[in-house]
Amino acid sequence: MARATTINPTRMELTRIKGRLHTARRGHKLLKDKRDELMRQFWDIVFQNRELRARVEAGLLGANHAMSVASAMMGPRLFEQALLYPQQQIKLHVRFESLVGISVPRYDTKTRHSRSATFPYSFAQTNGELDTALGVLADVFQDMLRLAEVEKTMQLLAEEIEKTRRRVNALEHVMIPEMQRNIKYITMKLEENDRSTKIRLMKVKDMVLKQAHDFKE
Amino acid sequence: MAKVHTKVGVIGERACVMGFAALGLSVYPVEEGQEALETFRRLARCDQYAIIFITEALVGSLAAEIAKYKDKADTAIIVIPGRGEPQGLGLNALKQAVERAVGIDILAQ
Repeated sequence: MARATTINPTRMELTRIKGRLHTARRGHKLLKDKRDELMRQFWDIVFQNRELRARVEAGLLGANHAMSVASAMMGPRLFEQALLYPQQQIKLHVRFESLVGISVPRYDTKTRHSRSATFPYSFAQTNGELDTALGVLADVFQDMLRLAEVEKTMQLLAEEIEKTRRRVNALEHVMIPEMQRNIKYITMKLEENDRSTKIRLMKVKDMVLKQAHDFKE
Repeated sequence: MAKVHTKVGVIGERACVMGFAALGLSVYPVEEGQEALETFRRLARCDQYAIIFITEALVGSLAAEIAKYKDKADTAIIVIPGRGEPQGLGLNALKQAVERAVGIDILAQ
């Protein structure tokens, strides 16, 4: 109740606080709806993330196996030499889309994604395992991009949910109760003032009557 | 957006990341923690990389650095499995996000 003693118990202040309480209630309702919607989107994204990650991990595991086999069969030097000069260059195009008011990234790649361009080496010195491994990697990479997109979205959503939740809680448990307390304090103070004015007037009336007519009760 | 992030970087053990070079990604083979840390800082600060993939083996020494980029929309840091079986470190980001949003990791079994 520390705050209540510092506010002015006036009608103007009362109107002001009532207005603020109304706004706070509306804001609280809106933020609560926002939080619920964010949560719904968040779970969608979380499940997508889980699925994509499982797919990416399985894919990379396969690709790594194939890669190790290829490397072991060709020898590390030749292996690296074969991969040293890529035929394709990936250029990432990042767009930002709005999801419940948060801008989340969407990735598009510009690649010359023809299969032959995936292999930057001559087939004379390399083996089939390397071709398979690179083919798998190229497929997994598309999933990896989606995963990056989804994971970033998930993190940004989590941050926004945390912020919104804090705001909702602050309104619900601090601001609104405080305003209600203040309104009660001012109303009580005003009523008290009314009563004391009334009593004073009654007393004055008594005194005036007594003086005028020597009126006794 | 002042700068356009157009590159995709991969940091990891040599054997795991060389394949990505053939796909046209920027590949940074590193062998141990300190080197990984320096490479990561360089990539993350140069404002050109939209996505940086890091293998699980290196994540341990970079955890604090990675956390800094969690709320930045421009740079996504994604953990991928390296050599051997996936250790499940990739799901850490998911767990953290759920914990942050809900207050408790309700997916943990």
